[in-house]
Amino acid sequence: MAALIKAAKKEARLNVIALPDNWANYGTIIKDFKAKYHINISDQNPDGSSAQEITAMTDDQGRSNDPDVIDVGTNFAVTAQTAGQLAPYKVQTWNEIPSNLKDPNGYWFDDYGGYVAIGCNTAAVTTCPTSFAQILAAPSSAGYKVGLNNSPLSASAALAGVWAAAIAEGGSLSNIAPGVTYFQNLNKEGYFVPTVAGPSTIQSGATNIVIWWDYLQASEISASIKGWKVTVPSDALFAEYYTQAINKNAPDPAAARLWEEYLYSVTGQNLWLQGEARPAELAYMEAHGTANKTWEAALPAVPKGSTNVPTPAQITAAETTVTSTWPTEVTTGP
Amino acid sequence: MLFSDLGTSVPRSEVLPPESGGRKSKLRRAWLPVLAMAPFFIYTGVGLGVPIVYIIRNAFLTFQGKFTFSNMDLLVHGIYLKGFENSLLLSVITSIIPGILGVFLAYAIVTSNSGVLKRMVATASAVLANFGGINLTFIFIAAFGETTGIITVWLNHIGLNPWSHGFDLYNFYGVAFVYLYFQLPLMVLVITPALGGLRQSWREAAQNMGASNWRYWRHVGIPVLMPSILGGILLLFGSSFAAYATAQTLTEGTVTLAPIQIGDTVSGNAIAGEANVGFAIALGMLIVLSITMVFYGLARRRASKWLR
Repeated sequence: MAALIKAAKKEARLNVIALPDNWANYGTIIKDFKAKYHINISDQNPDGSSAQEITAMTDDQGRSNDPDVIDVGTNFAVTAQTAGQLAPYKVQTWNEIPSNLKDPNGYWFDDYGGYVAIGCNTAAVTTCPTSFAQILAAPSSAGYKVGLNNSPLSASAALAGVWAAAIAEGGSLSNIAPGVTYFQNLNKEGYFVPTVAGPSTIQSGATNIVIWWDYLQASEISASIKGWKVTVPSDALFAEYYTQAINKNAPDPAAARLWEEYLYSVTGQNLWLQGEARPAELAYMEAHGTANKTWEAALPAVPKGSTNVPTPAQITAAETTVTSTWPTEVTTGP
Repeated sequence: MLFSDLGTSVPRSEVLPPESGGRKSKLRRAWLPVLAMAPFFIYTGVGLGVPIVYIIRNAFLTFQGKFTFSNMDLLVHGIYLKGFENSLLLSVITSIIPGILGVFLAYAIVTSNSGVLKRMVATASAVLANFGGINLTFIFIAAFGETTGIITVWLNHIGLNPWSHGFDLYNFYGVAFVYLYFQLPLMVLVITPALGGLRQSWREAAQNMGASNWRYWRHVGIPVLMPSILGGILLLFGSSFAAYATAQTLTEGTVTLAPIQIGDTVSGNAIAGEANVGFAIALGMLIVLSITMVFYGLARRRASKWLR
């Protein structure tokens, strides 16, 4: 470890990509790492997508701004692994990461995740729904206007929202079709607002319920909307993790590995917890008392039941189904 | 096409200084225009040419880099074909309707006596023609949203809620409605010079020969304007075909359009490893737009005959 720190400090640089400051507390994490190791971090394209991260790894190869590490949706990490773009690495705390959240050979490992949650504007809605079934069954007097953060063909968070609805409607991790039907019915009843939902649509009143990751609702909506309530639905416990991986052709290999060691240390994991995301090693940390109690208590309560966490293969299959059914079923046009 | 638009009928020898040197200066004079255009050609070659080559190359590769026809094959089936169909239909609707309306609007402005009005409309058209994207989406939601849109609320007060009469901002026709916002000013911008080229003397000559208003338009006005109108409509077609951000944020993929599908595959967060399909769609769009540009060029060449 000491040798790694020395080599990383010699490189004096770390290239990360697509890490927004207010996403799972990355702003604080980057600052803390810089202060601790005096390694300069440059964040290329902070609002970029997973696809753009993979493309950057390919296109910037050989250049000094080639991303060293990526934080992407799990199915993207698997695609990169198949294309031979990743270098395997097992952090010191490898055994604390649950086996279903990592590649057995160390090519990728999940970092943080959250539950699909129903966010509700208490100033605009009298009874906040606590389940998907409640939203669909509500009378029009309830005035629900439900939004997703983006198209499920474009954002994994929205895909997760549809998947959670599928589970609530009797589907499963291998069957996302009921979720598409749910939104089709929601649209027919006029409760679904198919526009990109966020603080601006909430403030203008276009949406008053948003289905999104619990930690992003906390960092991006609760911060600007007073009285925003985040609930994990009682009829669908769906969680998904994002994934870390190291570029095989990283220009700063030692700094990249030190970054991973930092992220999977107690400090790093707790900083993600502070961002209201659930770090991959949370179960281990809870059992050994190293999880920060205050930040853990701030997480939204999870109703009883087993949590559904999809595998990369299931994600790809779900995406294929949604790509062909979403545009044709959830629509009110020609 | 560009050079004929300059429309110069002055002999070359009157523009250039008389011959002073021998072969050397003749060569220099021949190369001078080429040299002057070089920065433009380099810029276009790099800025447009390289991405086009990149798109064509990637459309025929798999994610691993092997040659394949499967991306192009996907294009003519299923959901990607639907995307093209929707895009084409949307572009046709939002080029013809604002095209025709734009002609009437531009004519009203051109024939008005108020110089202030003309200048205001010229400026407004230039700004609004480029006003698209997420801002536009938010404007329309704030104005025409179902229960909280400002205009919806006003119309509701007088008992005319458009939503209860079948209006839906978030479906295909809603997107077309939003597109009108920048398509109509674009047409006004494009057709105003052509309308200015309608000589008053033609109208007077027609009236002298006893033509009624309708006959003037039918036999003189519209035939003269038609190439410009067609050119304008084709321009609107291209503009609407390539528009992305407005429809994407407004409908979240429930209205499937080719540019949105490119965005989903190339720079999305959900579909992994399908970027090459996106490039294939882009190649398809390039082909459609190239055909549009060829017709636009032909229409412009016809139009410039009358504007001299």
